[in-house]
Parts: sequence; C-alpha cells; structure tokens
Amino acid sequence: MAKSNEPILWLLFSVGGMISAMLFPPLIIITGIIVPFGLEGETTYLFEKIHFLVKNPFVKLLLFFVIALPFFHWAHRFRFTLVDIGLKPISFLISTLCYGGAVAGSLLTLYTLLRI
Amino acid sequence: MSETTEIEIFRYLPDKDNEPFFKSYEVPYREDWVVLDAINYIKDEIDGTISYRWSCRMGVCGSCGMMVNGEPKLACSTFLKEYTLGKIRVEPLQGFPVERDLIIDINDFMEKLKAVKPYILRKEKDEKPIEEGEYLQSPAELARYKQYTLCINCMLCYAACPVYSLNSEFIGPAAIALAQRYNLDSRDQGRNHRQEMIASHEGIWECTFVGECSVVCPKDVDPAAAIQRAKVSSTIDWFMKIIMPLSKTK
Amino acid sequence: MTTYRKPVSNTWWLERKQYFFFVIRELTSIFVAGYCLFLLFIISEISDGQEKYTLLILSLKSPISLVLHFISLPFILYHTITWFNLTPKIMKLQIGEEIISEKLIVGLVYISWGILSLIIFWLILGV
Repeated sequence: MAKSNEPILWLLFSVGGMISAMLFPPLIIITGIIVPFGLEGETTYLFEKIHFLVKNPFVKLLLFFVIALPFFHWAHRFRFTLVDIGLKPISFLISTLCYGGAVAGSLLTLYTLLRI
Repeated sequence: MSETTEIEIFRYLPDKDNEPFFKSYEVPYREDWVVLDAINYIKDEIDGTISYRWSCRMGVCGSCGMMVNGEPKLACSTFLKEYTLGKIRVEPLQGFPVERDLIIDINDFMEKLKAVKPYILRKEKDEKPIEEGEYLQSPAELARYKQYTLCINCMLCYAACPVYSLNSEFIGPAAIALAQRYNLDSRDQGRNHRQEMIASHEGIWECTFVGECSVVCPKDVDPAAAIQRAKVSSTIDWFMKIIMPLSKTK
Repeated sequence: MTTYRKPVSNTWWLERKQYFFFVIRELTSIFVAGYCLFLLFIISEISDGQEKYTLLILSLKSPISLVLHFISLPFILYHTITWFNLTPKIMKLQIGEEIISEKLIVGLVYISWGILSLIIFWLILGV
C-alpha cells in the first residue's frame, strides 16, 4: 500500500544503518588509532594508494552510498527520537529538518566526490 | 526471611476523590505466594474495597496484568520471593486510563483488536462449502505463524511500549502481532484488508523498535519481530505498487 | 465516570534503565552523521596532493581529532552491536518446519563483519 511514504524512509534508514554498523568501526580504528599512532608503516606509499583508490569512478560510486545512506539513517532515527522526547507538536518541522539535512549531506557527498 | 512483607497498592476511588493515592498493607510472606495471592489476601482479610481483575491464576487468561515495581507483570505469575528487598509496589498497567484502583479501561485495545480483523478472511470465489472439508495446512505452514497465536491479550506489551504511552493512537504490539498471525496463515487471504490499519502512520511505522514489548511478553510471542517483519513486507508492497501499479497484491 | 491518566513526562526515558539505553542507542546516529562529515573532509583533503595529505595526517594526530575519535568509537560500536543483535528479528528465515536459530543469524552477521573489516584494512592499509 503506498498509503504512507514511510517505507522508503525506513528502507534508507535500514541500509544506512547496516552500512554504518559494518564499515564505520574499522574506519574509525584506522583514522583514530592506526594512522595517528603510525601503526601502518610507510605513509608516502599509503598516500599514492589511497589517492589512486579514491579517484577511481567505481570507488566513488561506492563511497557515495557508504556516506550518503548513513545520513538518512541519522535523519530517520533522530527525527523519531526528537518526537519522542517531547517535540511531537513540531514533528513536521523536525521531519523537514532531518530529511532535508540528509539530502543536503548527500548533495555535499556528491559534490565532494565529483570535485576530486 | 521476614514473616510479613509490605505491599503498596495504587488506589483510585473516583466516587470519593479525584486524586489517586497509595495504600500500604502488611501481608504474610509465603515462599510459594504470587502477587495475586497477596492481593487476594488483602481483599479477603484487610481491605475489601480494593478492585482488580483476575481469573485463571495460571498465566493463560491475560486478566491480571499490573505494574509490579515499575515492570509490567502478570500478578499470578510474579512470585513474592523475587522481591526480597523492601516493599512491593503494585500499580495499574501503564499507558491506559485507570477506571478504579488496578482496573484499567481496555476499550482502546479492544477497538484496535477488532480493527485488525483477527479472523480468517477468504475471497468469495475461494470459499469452500463445509461438505468439502477443512482447509489443509502443512506443519511448515503452521510454523510460519504459530508463535503469534500464543498471545493472551494481557497487554503487558502495551504497558512496556514507550511509544504507546506517548501516543495512544499507536496500534500497538499485540494488535500487529495478531494481524501478522492471520497474514502469515496460509488459509488466510485477507492481508490487503489489514494493511489499511497496519501499514498506516499509526501502525507499524510508529514503532521505533524499542523491543521492550517482546521482553515483557509472558508467552514469548515476540511482537517486536512481528512488527519488523511487517515493515519489511510493507516496504516490498510499496515498491511493487510503484513498479506494477495495476497488479493486485494478495 | 472520570478515569485517571498518569501523566507522561518528557523525561520518561530516564525512569527505566531499558528506556535510557534505548535512547542512547538512538543517539548513536548523531555520531554516525558526524563521522560521515569527517569522511567527506578526509576525502577532500586526501586527493589534493602530497602536501595536503601530510597536513591531513598531522590533523589526525591532533588532540581534538583523537578525543573525538575516542568518544565516537564506543558509541558507533554500540550502534553496531545493538544493530547486529536485532538483525534476526527483522528476518525470520524458515527451512521446511525449522525456523533458523537467531544465534546462527547473529553469528553469520558478525562473521561477515569480521571479513568486511579485514577487507577494509587490506584495501586501505595494504596489509
């Protein structure tokens, strides 16, 4: 039933949630522990490798989903949390700000990836 | 172990006073007593004015749901010996209007139960006359929905659900689990009729998967899982409707 | 007949341990969004040239970056663990009469996570 448009928002939330659950912990360990504490070895070689990876169009496509979808995960979850904490009277405004924010984040992701 | 234990009960006597109050009673402490035994003792021996619901006293009728020390419980299945420290506080089930003492107004739930059409629905052309016998079902088909048949309508899940406490428009865990019981029943053809209620803003989409409903359920119905599965199937529906707008879904 | 409705305060989530941890779980999404923005920052700094890259590595070593990472990691891990543990509820898989055990599904999810993490470490760090 296309009665409510919640299904698509829930789907974006779910996929974004799975992506962030799977990929963010190892990434945080890399950017927060391994690289800052120099545990990865020779950094110049690393630069060439990452540079090459990130400019690859297929990698860019993947990166778009890896970053844009978690924005929608945040939007959906944060919206419901704010409503439950007592902001129900302005729930339409909250939805607009949250999903609007996710769209903005996705556009920023697109811009960043196309620029490099 | 002390000889007696203190039970503090929420009292509300609307014909006397608009404000509720708590009243404490000393009841004998018995190893094998449940909260229901204690309340029955109070009614019989100490204070006959106390009102509450109970029936089977063995956890199958769903009548005696109450908050015991802030947790939704069946009074007949909650042992005094679980609460060795301090007094036991008994309140009416959270999230419902209180009519008197521990008796809540369950009309909202009853309306929702009716609204999800909790019975087998078949298309007219697929109805069999009685002479042709029953609709057969394999054990595998039974396994798909059997867990959701165990619901005793005790409403502990509604008491545990913060979404329902905040918004009584929410259809709620038990109603959705019961709708799923029929949606997943191979003999049923009525899923479309239930989607109106289930896939609405006040239906599954209000649920934020807190999960407490399944934790407190005395029958392991797992309504939280029923709701999440309904979200998946409703999402698939949504896409099917967009891809093939003219086809009829089940 | 007047019924009594117990008022629900906006701090309902502080009244029960389970509700508190639920709200914490929901608030992990803020750290998810924050890290997304951080990833965008890294991507833009990493592709401009060796100089910018070196500066980026230096900024990763800065106290503020380290502090934010150390705060974010437990929250993101809490998101991951609660997410994985709830996965079997979303999909009840059935083979014949047997319903596949929830523990098995959770186990498979964690194993996939392990494999994916190793792939990421290999891709980025070349180990």
